[in-house]
Amino acid sequence: MKSGLFGFLFAMWVLIIIGGGILVTILGPISIFGFGELDLFITSVIKAIVALVLVVIWIFILLKIKNWIFKKELKL
Amino acid sequence: MIDLLAPAIISCVVAFAVVFVMTPPLIKILEKRNFAVKDVNKKENVMVVRPGGPAIIAGIITSELVLYAFFQMNEILAILITTSAAFAIGYVDDRKVMGGWFKPVALAVAAIPIIALGAYDSDLAFPLFGTVQIPALYLALIIFMIPITGNTINSIDVLNGVASGFMVIASFSLSICLFIVQNYEIAIVSLPLGFVSLAFYKYHKIPSKIFPGDSGALTFGSMYGAIAIVGGVEIIAAVALLPAVINSFLFLSSVKRIVEHRQIKGKPVEHTDDFRLKATDDKKAPVTLVRLILARGPMSEKQVAFAIFKLAIFSGILAIITAFMMGVSI
Repeated sequence: MKSGLFGFLFAMWVLIIIGGGILVTILGPISIFGFGELDLFITSVIKAIVALVLVVIWIFILLKIKNWIFKKELKL
Repeated sequence: MIDLLAPAIISCVVAFAVVFVMTPPLIKILEKRNFAVKDVNKKENVMVVRPGGPAIIAGIITSELVLYAFFQMNEILAILITTSAAFAIGYVDDRKVMGGWFKPVALAVAAIPIIALGAYDSDLAFPLFGTVQIPALYLALIIFMIPITGNTINSIDVLNGVASGFMVIASFSLSICLFIVQNYEIAIVSLPLGFVSLAFYKYHKIPSKIFPGDSGALTFGSMYGAIAIVGGVEIIAAVALLPAVINSFLFLSSVKRIVEHRQIKGKPVEHTDDFRLKATDDKKAPVTLVRLILARGPMSEKQVAFAIFKLAIFSGILAIITAFMMGVSI
């Protein structure tokens, strides 16, 4: 069990680093133009939506990893 | 760097001494007023006083005021106000049972001083890939971060000494990381949290003489979150806190809503005849870190606590590796 928990911790760490890479390389450079003073606002809203989608995907992957690592122990 | 040495030493000594000296009289006062709860993991009918929050916040306020006398930084004021507000929120919850949403919402409000004092940098730094500028989104991150760190530490406060012992490991790891990323002033500002936790652990470790209560746990967690924001090390701080994050994640993913622990019907853990801890097969009970640790067989309370500390040390090492990776770009 303990090695499973260490593995789960490590998996979370790797996901954080990969998620950071996606944020910096894809989300960061997004900028919307053509809406005047609303440019910054619209850009922020789009970034927020993409970030939320990423968080949902991240949680989904974590749940899958959790079930895979702990499937024997969690007879629920 | 050398000129930072004196404030660092003085504030650490003050932080440790205030909590170390103040906790025994606080225990006596709480005993007199009969502010005690049953320690459910003991065979005998052991009553333990709570909350230890007043001693913890006294140590934090005095040590941070000492640091403020040396460096008049808005960051120190932001940490002080947010942490004190979190203590007050926890103290209300200690005295009166509040609903499941009270703490997250009130802690979100407690994060506002960080924004009002401008004690943050809206660039979010990631290892290997650099920073991302998210000015508007970052404000939301601040509002979310304090409730998350506060409640995360609160949710791990389930066994004797775990919350304070875990905080010792996580906060010293965070301080080391702040030194690695060369944010020396905030590194020094963060040190009192580790020393306050260490002094409180002396009385909280098994067998506990006092519990931190919500006021103590929220104070620990909120100060940790505030340091992460003003120090610009949000990702590193999240990594050092991973075992507690896992606990909250497992809890929420099994319960699927925000509730107080006392509202949960199923018991994730029960006791054997010799009063060791054992995971239950109760399908209504939430999945927690302790339940997973116990999944392969019963363990004593002390063994479970040390298993959690080993996980905390592992994440502390991952946080330090992450801090070194901040200086590398691909």
